[in-house]
Amino acid sequence: MAAGSTYTPIETQTASGSVSVITFSSIPATYTDLELVMAAQNSDNYCVMRLNGDSSGLYSRTTLIGNGTSATSGQASNNTSWFPSNGSSTVIANDIIQIMNYSNTTTFKTALTRMNQSFDATYAAVWLYRSTSAISSISLTSPTGNWITGSTFTLYGIAAA
Amino acid sequence: MANTYTLIEAKTLTTTTTSVTFSAIPQTYTDLKVVVSTRGSDSSPAGLLVTFNGTTTTYSHRYLLGDGASAASGTNAYSIGSASIYAGTSDGSSNTASTFSSHDIYIPNYTSSNYKSVSLDSVSENNATTAYPVLTAGLWSTVSAITSISLSFNSGNFVQYSTFYLYGISNS
Repeated sequence: MAAGSTYTPIETQTASGSVSVITFSSIPATYTDLELVMAAQNSDNYCVMRLNGDSSGLYSRTTLIGNGTSATSGQASNNTSWFPSNGSSTVIANDIIQIMNYSNTTTFKTALTRMNQSFDATYAAVWLYRSTSAISSISLTSPTGNWITGSTFTLYGIAAA
Repeated sequence: MANTYTLIEAKTLTTTTTSVTFSAIPQTYTDLKVVVSTRGSDSSPAGLLVTFNGTTTTYSHRYLLGDGASAASGTNAYSIGSASIYAGTSDGSSNTASTFSSHDIYIPNYTSSNYKSVSLDSVSENNATTAYPVLTAGLWSTVSAITSISLSFNSGNFVQYSTFYLYGISNS
C-alpha cells in the first residue's frame, strides 16, 4: 500500500463546459510509474488516449471482458491510440490505468488497466505502446462530442524511492 | 509533499462478526479505497457484498470471474439483485485452513453529486482445485455523498483475524 510521498498527485482536471480533449502536458520524468484515475462520461462510451501526441500505429492491447453474459478475450494490434472505456451520456464509469516505467528511453511502454462500465462490461487489459520515448504528455479525446461536465481525470506519480 | 493515501480506519476482528461498517467517513478526500482480508464461517465460499449509507437499493454490477476451470460473467451474483454490489468471493471453512481472500474496492469521487462508480478486484486462492479471482464493475445510482460503507457476506459471518482498512485518497 502506498503512503506518504510514494503516490503524488501530479494534476487533476475536471471537465466543464465544451471540453473534448483533456491533456496532461509536461509530465515530470521524476517518478517511476504513472497512474491515471478517470471517473468520466461522454456520449461515445469510450475515448482516444494518446501518448506524446503520437497518432501512429504503435498501440496495441489484449483484453479480458465480462459483459454480464459471457467472459471473452480480444486483441488488437497497430492501433493509432489506446481506447479507455468510460461512462455513457447518462451513467458514470471509472478507469484505473497504471503506466509502468514511463520515463525510460530504452524499452517500450506497457500499461495495466481496469475499466468499469457497470452498464456494459468490466474489463482488465494490458496495453502496449511501441516507443522508447519517455512519456511527457497524455491526451484523452472524446471522439464525437464533449466530456460531460463533472468528469474527473487525476494523474498520480508513483515513486519507487 | 502530499500525503496522498491516508488511513481513515482499520478493523481487525477478534471474534466472528456478521458485518463491518465504516461510518462517519470524512468528506475531505477525493477517492476512497477499502482493502479487505477475510474468510467466511460457512463451509461454502461466500460472496462479499458492499452497501453504502445503510441503503439496499439502486445498486448494479457486472463481474468477470474465474473458478480454476472456466471463466464466466454475470450481473446478479448470489441473486443480490439491486440490494448491494458484489465484491468477490471469499474462502469458507471447508477451504484450506488459514487461507483468507483479498479484496480491493476503489471508489472515485465519493462525495460527488453524480452516481458512484466502483472498481472491485478480489482473489481467493487456496492451493486447491477451485478458487475465485473476480473483477467487478459496480454502480450505486444515487447522488448522495457516501458517508458509510458496510460489508457482509451473502451467507455466514466474517471469522476472527479478518481485517478491513479504509483509506482516503487526496488528489492535491
